[in-house]
Order: sequence, then structure tokens, then C-alpha cells
Amino acid sequence: MAEILIKNGFVIDPTRKIDGDVADVAIKDGKIVDTVSSAAKVIDAKGKVVMAGGVDVHAHVAGPKVNVGRLFRPEDKLFKSPMAQKNGYRMESGFSVPSTFKTGYDYARMGYAFVMEAAMPPLFTAHVHEEIHDTPIIDEAALPVFGNNWFVMDYLKKGEIENTAAYIAWLIRVTKGFGIKVVNPGGTAAWSWGLNCLSLDDPVPYFEITPREIIIGLMKANEYLGLPHSMHIHQNNLGNPGNYAITLDSLKLAEGIKPKNKFGREQVMHSTHLQFHSYGGDSWANFESKAKEVMDYVNQNKGITVDLGCVTLDETTTMTADGPFEHHLNHLNHLKWCNVDVELETAAGVVPYVYDKNIKVCGIQWAVGLELGLYATDPNRTFVSTDHPNAGPFIRYPRIIKWLMSKKAREATLDTFKYKDKVIDATNIHSMDRELTLYEIAQMTRSGPAKCLGLSNIYGGLAPGMNADVGVFDLNYKNMPSDPEMIEKAFLRAACFIKSGEIVVRDGEVLGHGHKNTIWVNVKMPENPQVMRDITQSFTKDYTVGLSNYPVRDYLAPHPFVIDVDVEA
Amino acid sequence: MATVTLKPTKTPTIMFEAFNITPDAFAGKTPAQIAALEGREGKIKVTIGDFFEVSGSPGATAAETDIVIAGDCSRVKYIGNKMTAGSITVNGNADMYVGGWMKGGKIHVKGNVHSFCGIGMEGGDILIDGKAENYVGCAYRGDWRGMKDGTIRIKGSAGNDIGTFMLGGTIIIENNAFIHVSTHAEGGTVIIKGDVEGRVGGQMVKGDIYILGKVQYMLPGFKKIEVVEKEVDGVKGTFDHYIGDLGERHPKSKGKEIFANLYVKAAA
Amino acid sequence: MPKLITQVGCPYCGSSCDDIEVLVSDDGKKVLEVHNACTIGNNLFHHANDSTRPMLPRKRQPDGSMKEISYDEAVDYTAKTLLAAKKPLIFGFGSTNCEGMSAVGRVAEKAGAVLDNCASICHGPSFLAIFDNGYPSCTLGEVKNRADCVVFWGCNPMHAHPRHTSRYSIFPRGFFTQKGQMQRTIISVDPRVSDTAKLADIHYMLNQGHDYELFDAFRTVLRGHDIPDEVAGIKKEQILQGAEAMKKARFVMIFFGMGCTHTDGRNHNVDIAISLTRDLNTHTKASIMAMRGHYNIAGPGQVWSWQFGFPYCIDLSKGSHAHMNPGETSSVDLAMRDEVDCFVNVGTDAGAHWPIDAVKHVKKHPFITIDPNFCMASEISDLHIPVRIAGVDEGGVVYRMDNVPIQFKAVLKGLTGVPSDEELFDMIYERMCKLTLTEPIWLAALEHRKYPSVVS
Ligand code: SF4
Ligand SMILES: [Zn+2]
Repeated sequence: MAEILIKNGFVIDPTRKIDGDVADVAIKDGKIVDTVSSAAKVIDAKGKVVMAGGVDVHAHVAGPKVNVGRLFRPEDKLFKSPMAQKNGYRMESGFSVPSTFKTGYDYARMGYAFVMEAAMPPLFTAHVHEEIHDTPIIDEAALPVFGNNWFVMDYLKKGEIENTAAYIAWLIRVTKGFGIKVVNPGGTAAWSWGLNCLSLDDPVPYFEITPREIIIGLMKANEYLGLPHSMHIHQNNLGNPGNYAITLDSLKLAEGIKPKNKFGREQVMHSTHLQFHSYGGDSWANFESKAKEVMDYVNQNKGITVDLGCVTLDETTTMTADGPFEHHLNHLNHLKWCNVDVELETAAGVVPYVYDKNIKVCGIQWAVGLELGLYATDPNRTFVSTDHPNAGPFIRYPRIIKWLMSKKAREATLDTFKYKDKVIDATNIHSMDRELTLYEIAQMTRSGPAKCLGLSNIYGGLAPGMNADVGVFDLNYKNMPSDPEMIEKAFLRAACFIKSGEIVVRDGEVLGHGHKNTIWVNVKMPENPQVMRDITQSFTKDYTVGLSNYPVRDYLAPHPFVIDVDVEA
Repeated sequence: MATVTLKPTKTPTIMFEAFNITPDAFAGKTPAQIAALEGREGKIKVTIGDFFEVSGSPGATAAETDIVIAGDCSRVKYIGNKMTAGSITVNGNADMYVGGWMKGGKIHVKGNVHSFCGIGMEGGDILIDGKAENYVGCAYRGDWRGMKDGTIRIKGSAGNDIGTFMLGGTIIIENNAFIHVSTHAEGGTVIIKGDVEGRVGGQMVKGDIYILGKVQYMLPGFKKIEVVEKEVDGVKGTFDHYIGDLGERHPKSKGKEIFANLYVKAAA
Repeated sequence: MPKLITQVGCPYCGSSCDDIEVLVSDDGKKVLEVHNACTIGNNLFHHANDSTRPMLPRKRQPDGSMKEISYDEAVDYTAKTLLAAKKPLIFGFGSTNCEGMSAVGRVAEKAGAVLDNCASICHGPSFLAIFDNGYPSCTLGEVKNRADCVVFWGCNPMHAHPRHTSRYSIFPRGFFTQKGQMQRTIISVDPRVSDTAKLADIHYMLNQGHDYELFDAFRTVLRGHDIPDEVAGIKKEQILQGAEAMKKARFVMIFFGMGCTHTDGRNHNVDIAISLTRDLNTHTKASIMAMRGHYNIAGPGQVWSWQFGFPYCIDLSKGSHAHMNPGETSSVDLAMRDEVDCFVNVGTDAGAHWPIDAVKHVKKHPFITIDPNFCMASEISDLHIPVRIAGVDEGGVVYRMDNVPIQFKAVLKGLTGVPSDEELFDMIYERMCKLTLTEPIWLAALEHRKYPSVVS
């Protein structure tokens, strides 16, 4: 592979506390190196910002519910699918739920190197990997869901952490998954009977276990195994007024757990799309922001990382394994509703949603997401996300960065609201003057999420030895534009993006398909005969597919990067 | 007003997708520039000039531009697509998507039109002297925002799926229609002067339907509540007033459920 | 020693049973025994190794006869024909694995073709309904483990999906349904007394073509309103009885079939069935599912949705974006309106399943069939290219009727020299790229492609 030298850019690399120093970045054989020969291809980054490739900790980009979102929304394509590329590339489709090709191209154009598919239903693993295979350029991994899994609930009810862990290890291995995702613990299982768990102590029908016990048990199992990532949770009672109370209660469950891993990860709980969980009031009439209360707690507790889940004020498609929530949402907006209950494992719902700036609640939601980011005292534990596509499509990350970096941009958006004054009354956004720096943005989009995923030796920084994923953005660190729109523009279309040591984007246009990897975790632990017996029995009796057809076959994940985790007995 | 005349010179082998035959695209251009406007025949890029002889000249704006197509457009799609002003007259038939996503202006087709006439329409007037196939004034697939405003008048008959997901505006079918009128509608008015086979107002939330002929099969979700005198598109008469679809959800206003209205001309 | 291969997937109906056991001869070329499959599945495996299966492409000669040609020539002809056409139509995929469906996407894009599948002539209306109203559904295991009221509307699984009823819907004893059939109320809605109707606790013998009215009646009743004394030929009391049975159940499952999608109003019958399912969810738990016909006919809907955003009727001729509007971009409509000038029939028999008039229209232009076997379409084609049989001598991913991906195994050794669908489409694609002097787009590095690029 060729050598590349990115010269004279303003380098921002929080992993090495470098903030805007003019320096060169050298690349050889897909890795960052100290020096290269004079034969290296030179990229002039003078007057531009140089950062590591972006790391997305939570997005819905591949798998059955994403594809339902594509399939059942032809109108998401109508007059909205211009081909951004010249010939020689695959066709691009879709706005809120882009096709796999568009997903890969658009992330690359924004200088993103890694994306975590946030919810993989194990029974549909082959589908998730087929889509990952068809998503160009970016590296991807997927989190299988566990929070409503029959085996997990059964073992945890009996207090069997070791068996829970053994089952998880097996499942992550056969699904080529990455870690433990939990969505509405217990609530989605209850939804199989049309019910939900809205408090931490609501028992799950039949299983008689509570969300509290599931959350604690899965955190313990995660640390028992020493996985690269922590338990990754979408909490109960998403989206409802007053839910910040249960959010705080759930976050507090992390207090008793210590991180144990070899990957430099410090948190034991990643709480995702916190925006949807930081609401006050007890009805839509007195709905208000509780971002400060929630973030105050997060700031004080190193055991927790979060991502924002910012509302971007777009027409989008909501999709989540929180089946009962989607059912509830379709009763509010009366639009079309898809649902899939997955035997023994999970569920999912999909409903289109229009975040309309003329609706007060949408304006408040917009403010909540940004407030969380602005209240964060540790940007290395607070990450940019939209819970793509739930609160908005991922192509709006640059817009969120703009809002976080510019009060002027926030005020300009506030001014477009029909109920501006009511939004201001119900939130703090109008009084917040903080403007995040490029360094803080790099923490929130690069070094922070990489560390939280246990991947900080590969992604999120520019130290020699790390993957050569490097973005060059058309922003002058020493002379930032007074027009905030320029910030969004610069981050939407990288001036240059190098993925795995190869130039894949130049002037915002895709140049190649690069070297994509599927990353998965191979948990090695001594076979647990009881768990294997339970699995075999359940596949004979309860499942409708054969056990031998369940593990995803190797050829479906053709460019694996496998992280081995050895669990001592 | 200035008129551009298109005279058909050749029948497309595959359909000609003429999304540029609009006053908006023509305004301010020379005939040669108009003839050079792009269209599609399958995967082949073609121009208006490949199928029409262009004469006359447009106005400076769409509103000042009239287009006359002097002949048959049976194999031409998308006439008047997204137009905002001005007028188009077709002296013959036209294929699919006449006035699709139209926002303003007038279209007059003197022959028949194929399906999707007035799909996603937001304003303006469409007049068809002949008959229309299916999907008059419907929504695009999957969209819950169908026809919003404007008027479509079909002097002949129409097929199925009239005003699906309609939100506003008026559709008048002067002859018979087949099935599915105002399905899923949440507003707007459909007037059918002839007979309809059935499925009138199924899953309808709000809006009005007038049937001046007969409905062969009424839906069980419609309930007769009164007999009223009404004048509809110049016709006076006695109508049976039904509300429905009682099987569907309905919004509430001041604690009362609002239903869709179906007026069927009472038997003489 | 003959080899017993277990948990084999059956490449026939949408039940996609993956518990078949096949005993294969020592040399891997012959199926000796088949266990667990229904009669249809059984026959399928036994005939898979039919020695008369074609092993070379055949091209029509000027005198009307068919002559064997090499794969190279066939690939070249197909590539040239696709490139020359203004608007080719590639249709079928009733018996193709997802790898093949993915590979054809590249070909269709390059050819500016319309890409469509058999759903266009069977469950297409279901897609239209899903676009408009959604799809509250579940996997078949949920039905087996929970459903205590199962409605078969316009479908007859006892005939079309023989093991559906024993594996998933009527007879199985599931986790919360230990008493099996005893615990389930079965409702059949069918104008005829089908074998499924005979099993039902309630059979609605409605007037043909009036499904929509009957659905509306159920919905109206569920909202507490009165209905006429008779709807669609069914007495009000009977309707009330069925509505009560659904409301009282803990888990209602509605399966619908061609009886809904092939009578007047088509998509609207399914659309209102979905509305009924939504309504039922305010009373209890309810789900709905299309009885998809072929073992992987849900596949193209998945693969093409992630590639192009649409499940079927995908017009790629615009180059800049994909366009879909059934009624316009649906295969039979395109054919009838002379909107296509080349036809590629893949893994189905358009000759047998299309309206005869539509076949006549496409016969005016080059007509290519890609199929493992001889069929009506292959015999009227200008070119027939045989491929391996997905699920028999080729493995791969298939999507069951509930969209669950099942990884099928190959049970037999493939015929020498006969490529899989994926291999064939990639060869055609590469040839098209050569002819147009363009670089092929492989998303992954060439060395990582799924199949070995040389056909063995
Ligand atoms: S029911 Fe269908 S899939 Fe199962 S064995 Fe019979 S034909 Fe094959
Ligand atoms: Zn999410």
C-alpha cells in the first residue's frame, strides 16, 4: 500500500492532547506511522483541520428494522434521492433511511470510519451481516440485543450470572456481534403480550423479573466477560413526559459495578440517545427539559457514558426494538406502523415521524439534545448522535456540531420556531452561552466513542500504530468562520478522507470503495454444558429454525477484524 | 400571454418521459432551447425536439406561458409535472402523470388520460374531456399526504382509487367510477355524477363525497343519519346523508367525533 | 457411505422448513432419501438430480431450433442485449438465493433495467398496503408459542403450504400453547370449503370479492357501532361472534393469501386487514402476515430494499435514481404497454404464470431465461442459461415468509460447469463493464468476493 503524508494541517487529536498544532500525519500500509519516505503521496492540509476518522457509537444502519424503514417508505425516496456521485458508483437512495450504498458513501463523505449498528436481533443476524457486506467503505460492528431474551431473563431470575455470561458469550460468537445491547429491558418482552414495563420494578409477565434486575445482571455479566464495550442501554419509558426520574434511577444502577476489561474502557454503562430520556412535566402541555438534572448526574459519574440522540427537526423514520413505544407513537401520530415480534428474543417497531418546528414539543426535544451536549463537563464521555434515524438522519451530525459550536446558529434556529417563547420557557437553551471547541467536538465524535467501545487502540486518534483513518476538513483553526453554516458544510463533505490508508474521499466526493471491515468479538470461555443443553432444548422446542442454521456463516462477514476476549474459568 | 406549440413528429417506441413539458421549464426560452430540453426514453436521454416540432414562443414567466400540444400524446408521460402556473392544452390523449404534483395553472386534455392524473396535486386546475384510468388525484405510494388543493374534472369515467389519502381540493368525475373513492382521505371533496360499484369512503377519516348516481355496494361502516337538500356542482337534489367510516379512527372536536360525510342522491 | 445431512432447508414454499433430513449418495450426486418434508418438498429433492437437467446454455437459431452454446457466448449475448436495450426488464427470482438477488442489482443498474420479482404478480398488492398502512407482524415462532386465535383469510395452507399448519400455525404445541390445536380458535375466511376451512372453528363463506366489506364490518363492530344484518353474505350474528373471539383471545394472528390480493381492490383488502390488526391491538395482541408463496420470495424484497429502497417494480432506467410505482413500473403493465424492449426471466416461469397477452408483448423483443430447468419460458426464449438450484446444489441465504433469514445448505454437488445465479450475474456484469470500457464496482476487494471467480 502506498505511503501518504498529510502536511501542515491543524491537527486535533485528544488522545494525545494535541489541539490545533500545525503538524504532519504520516501513513503507511494502512496505519499511522512516525515517518514516511519521500515517495509518499503528499496531501496539503494547510489551513485545514486534521482529525481521526469519526466513530459513531449508535446508529441503525443495517438489519431488518432498518430495511422495513426503507421498504415501507417509498415517499422517503420521492424527489429526495439525487445521485451525489458521478458514474462508477452504486446508485444512492433514500433520505431518512438511506440505502446501504448511500449509507457507506455519506458516512465516508463526513469522514467517519466506524459505525456501530445499535440493535441486532439475533435471529436476523444473517440479514444484518448481508447489509453490512453491502455497505461500502466504513467499518461496522453490531450489538445483539439481550434485554428481553428468554435465556437471559431465565438465568438472571435465578441469579445465575455465570450462565448468563456463558449464554451471552455463545450468542455474541455465533452472531459475530460486538457486545450487549439492552432495549427497554423487560418492556419489549411484555410487549409480546401487548404490555410494557414503565418502571424499574414492573415485573415482566411470566418471567417475573424486573427491569432493575435485568440491567444489573447484564452489567455484571458484561464485566464478568470483560468485553471491550460496556452494557449499552436504551432505558425504559422512552419519549414520555417526566421520564427523567426513571432515567436517573437507571443510571444510578451503575454505581455498584466496577469496569473490568483489558481495553482501556472505564464505564460500565453506556446510556444511549439520552435526549429521549430527559423529559420533565407530566403531560405534553407542561412538557419540559430536564437535561440539566440528568447531565449533572452523568458528569459526576465516570462509570457512565452517553450519546445525545439530538432531534434535527426533519421528517424521519423512527425505529427501535422498543416495540411498545412504537405502538404508543403510532397512536399519537396515526401514521403507518410496522412491528416485528421476534420469537424468544426481542421485537421492533417502525413509524415515520415529522419533527415539525411549528410544534412546541418538537422544539423542546431539539433543545434537550443540545443542552445535554452543552452541559457535559466531560466531552470524552458524551457523544454526538441522532440515534439515526430516530431523532434525525446521520447526515445531520454536521448540523448538530454547528449548533453545539455556535450560539448564533442555535438562536437562528430558535427564531424559526412557531412557539419560540414557549420553547424558551420549557428549556434552558436560550440562556446557554457555551460554544464547544473543535477539540471538544473531536472528543465527542472520535476519541470518546472509540474509548467507550474499547477500540481506542485502533480508532479515534492519530497516534502511530492506529488505523490510518484520517479526515481533513476545510476549517481554519486559527480563523474560524463567522458564518456557522461553514462549519456544517465543512463536516458534511470532508476535503479529504483517508480510510485504512487509502484516499476514499476528495473534495466531498467518493473516490473509492476502500477496505471495509466487519468487527466482531470472539469470547473464548470454557464450554458450559448446562447452557449448551438449554440452548439445544430451546431450539428443539421453542424456536422455528434449526440450531445448526442459526450461527452466521463466515462467508457472510468476509472481511472480519476479530477481537479475542479470553475469559478465565 | 404567449403560446408555444408542440407538434408531434414521431411516436416514441418506449414511453417519452417529458417531465420538462411545463410552462415553468419553457418560460423565457427560445424554441430551439425548448426543443433541446431533456427527457427520457427508457435509459436513453432524449429531447423534446426528438418527438415534437416546437414553434411560437413562451412568455418570460410560467404564468405568461401557454403550451398547446397539437396532437396525440398517448405515449408521453409527465405532462405538466410540478407546474406552478400558465397553461397546457393537449389536443388529444395523454399518458400517465398528467399534472402530477402540480402546484398551479391549468391543464386541459381534450382526449383521455391514463393513470395517476393529478397525483400529489397541490393546486391548479385539470380538465379532462375524455376518461381517466386509475388513481385520479391519489397520493404517491406510501405518502399519507395526498391531494392538497386544486380541482380535477374528468368529463368521462374513471377507474379505481380516486382521491386516495386526499387532504383537500375537489375531484369531479362526471361519469361512472369503479371502486375505492376517497380511501384513507382526511379532507377534500369528491363528486361522482355517475354510478360507483362500491368501497366508497373506506377507512376514511374526514372529508366529503357526493354520489349523484348509485352505489351498488355500500360499506357497512357508513350509517345514514338524515336526508338533506343540496346543490352539488350545479345540480340540485335530495341526498341521503351517511357518516363513516365508523370502523376508522376519527378526530374529536369539542368532545365530539368528526366523521366523513357521504351524500348519495336519494332514489326519486 | 451415503451421508445424512440434517437441518436442510426446503426450497419450495414460503414455509421454508429447515428441518429436512436428506440422505445423499457417496459421490454427493444423488438424493437417496428425504425425511420430514411434505410430499411437495419430498418430490422436489428427489427430482433435483434429474439427469436431464440442462448443463449448457441453448440459443435459438435462425431456423427456430435451439442449439447448445458455451457459457462464454451466452454471457456475451446477454451483456450485449442488456446494453443495447432502451429499457430491459429483469423479472422473476422465485427460486434464487439472496446472493444472486444481490448480484443482479449490479447488472440491472448497469443495464438501466427495471428490476422486478414474482411479487409483482402475487403479493405485490401486499407491498402497496404495507407502504400505505404498515405491517404489524411477528416471526412464525411467536405464532407457534403464543397465538390462540388464528385467522386464515383468503389462504389455504393445507394445500399451498402443507407444513405451515403443523410447524407454526394450527397444530404445534408451543411455549404458551401447550395444548396445541385445542387451545386455538381457527377462523377461515374463504368463499370455498377448502381443507383449511374444514379444520376451522368458524368458517366465513363470504361472497367472492367482498372481503373489504367484511373487514370493514369487523372494524365497525370492534368500535362498538352497529352493522347491517348481512355483510358480504355473512350474517351479523356470525360477524359478532368472530369479533368477540378475536377480542377475547390473548394473541390473534391473521394470515392472508391470494384470496385477498387477487380479487377486486387487491391492496385495499390487505390494507384494511392491517387496519383491523391495528385496531385489535387496542384490545389484545394481534399480528398479521402474508402467506408468501416461494421459499425465498421475501428475499428480493429485502435485498433490493437495502440496495435501492424498494422491494419490487424498480425502474433503474433513470440512472440518477430508482423509481417505483406499481401500476406503471410493474412487469405486466410494462409489458402490456410496450414499455420494455428486452426481457430476462430469472428463476420463474413467466411463460406459465403471466397473462398470455403480456407474454406476446415481450416476445417481440429479445427474451432470455435463466433457470436450472426446462420450463415454458425457457422453450420460448431466444436464450436459456441453466444455473445451479438454490437450496439443492447451491447454498445461500433465503428469507422465509416472516422475513427471517435462513441459511440454506447445498446437499448435492453442483453439475460440472454450471454456475450459480450469483456467479452468472457477476460474469454478465464483468462482460458489460468490458464492453463499456468501465471499471466494475466491487464493494469489497476482489479477493474477498463470495465465490471463487472461476467456475469449476
Ligand atoms: S411445507 Fe413447504 S417448505 Fe415445508 S417441506 Fe413442504 S414444500 Fe417444503
Ligand atoms: Zn437506537
